[in-house]
Amino acid sequence: MSRTSKAYIAGIYEHPTRKAVDQTIPQLHAEVAIGALADAGLTLDDVDGYFCGGDAPGLGGISMAEYMGLNLKYTDSTETGGSSYVIHVGHAVNAIAMGKCSVALITLAGRPRAEGVATLGPRDYGSALPELGFESPYGPVVTNQYGMAAMRHMHQYGTTSEQLAWVKVAASHHAQHNELAMLRNVVTVEDVVNSPMISDPLHRLDCCVISDGGGALVVVSPEIAKTLGDRCVKILGHGESIKHLNAGQVDITYTGGVVSGPIAFAEADLKPADMDYVSIYDSFTITVVETLEDLGFCEKGKGGAFVSDGNLISGTGKLPFNTDGGGLCNNHPTNRGGITKVIEAARQLRGEAHPKVQVPDCTLALAHGTGGSIATRMGSSTVILGRNDA
Amino acid sequence: MTADTKTANERTYPAPNISLETEAYWAAANEGKLLMKKCSDCGKTHFYPRAICPHCHGGNTEWYEASGKGVIYSYSVMRRGATPYAIAYVTVDEGITMMTNIVDCDYDALAVGQAVEVTFRQSDGGGGHDQAIPVFRPT
Repeated sequence: MSRTSKAYIAGIYEHPTRKAVDQTIPQLHAEVAIGALADAGLTLDDVDGYFCGGDAPGLGGISMAEYMGLNLKYTDSTETGGSSYVIHVGHAVNAIAMGKCSVALITLAGRPRAEGVATLGPRDYGSALPELGFESPYGPVVTNQYGMAAMRHMHQYGTTSEQLAWVKVAASHHAQHNELAMLRNVVTVEDVVNSPMISDPLHRLDCCVISDGGGALVVVSPEIAKTLGDRCVKILGHGESIKHLNAGQVDITYTGGVVSGPIAFAEADLKPADMDYVSIYDSFTITVVETLEDLGFCEKGKGGAFVSDGNLISGTGKLPFNTDGGGLCNNHPTNRGGITKVIEAARQLRGEAHPKVQVPDCTLALAHGTGGSIATRMGSSTVILGRNDA
Repeated sequence: MTADTKTANERTYPAPNISLETEAYWAAANEGKLLMKKCSDCGKTHFYPRAICPHCHGGNTEWYEASGKGVIYSYSVMRRGATPYAIAYVTVDEGITMMTNIVDCDYDALAVGQAVEVTFRQSDGGGGHDQAIPVFRPT
């Protein structure tokens, strides 16, 4: 069948660097932009809409537009951390459908490794944050926040460290085929649970990598997509949500995916069982387990069992995920993994993933981003994508 | 009362950011009291404390002293860095869940559901003033 799509992903590009000692952040943004536009068969001169997150230096997209020489009539700098770029895809579809722009460029880039940014400290979002005084004295960093989410999920649903480990095992099976991946060794459940404890119950191998680099996406109107060939990927549905601590009525066993997922599936008129491939934000193994439950791939609380026994491994499992190795093994550019989730889903739908992990006849795919923290407040976004003939 | 003395090998507590909306909370902490805020219109307690009720959006919120008792909702012991510490969410008897640290405890014996009570630790005095920080310990 041929599904209607209001806009298409025409170009994708993942920066090959994992430690950008010789490039500036603006340069990285421009490199990924040029790469994605070349992939689409377009140039920077064709761009009339620009979308970026908080990693882009300057006020919204203003400075990067100047650096890249863009002539714009539409811009959106929605910032929800690592999920921003998944949201940007949805917002680009809306803008194109409204006739506000026809070639939308989305970029992400950064170099935390080259800059030696430590991750044990809290991130600085400014002193006017209303929650700041009630959290910063207690030392919340990324790992111990996700640790609390995992601990509660284990308590409430019986999830085990071994089950969480399967997420990393699956990612490592995929990463062995990605020559750019930071961690290419295949690991076992035992390797994960025997790796050093970082913050209970999360071990070192439950945590994603830190990398430099970035990526870009080009979203175009159906009219332009027609001129660019069948590598264009349909955008069939999009949902987004913000979830927070709800005035102190705290439940950190679920994510904003409970809202963004059903909206995206409804817009696409599809259901989880229809997906041939999924890219799931994998800042930590627990992130994947909670997200798969929230998106409806399994019953709430059964995510641990669902991911076990290689169920996420392409070729053997029922739900191949993150076939580039994901954030757990491949890269997590500037601590924001949303864009690479969309990129790998597009590769799968084009049949351009690595042959060892390519899902046969991949027609429908999902990409999901989680930004912020699943143990406090987050922005979540889901997109449903389809092959050109889907 | 002054905040309890830290045990040996306990982390330094950064001073909190104090705003116009939260001055009373921190002033009370310096007197060994844990304050909560509830709405005079809808009667519900919320956390963190605000001038505008996040439940009914009324502007009449008022302070009251909490029992200081609660149970651990979740926790995680940070093993990296110079000094291990336990971050936690504690659900207090007043019905809200707040981020905190668990102190005066065996980090390997903590459990979800464990009963805890408030105590206080002195911040590192950033900004030229000492500030007591509410934390919790097993009862």
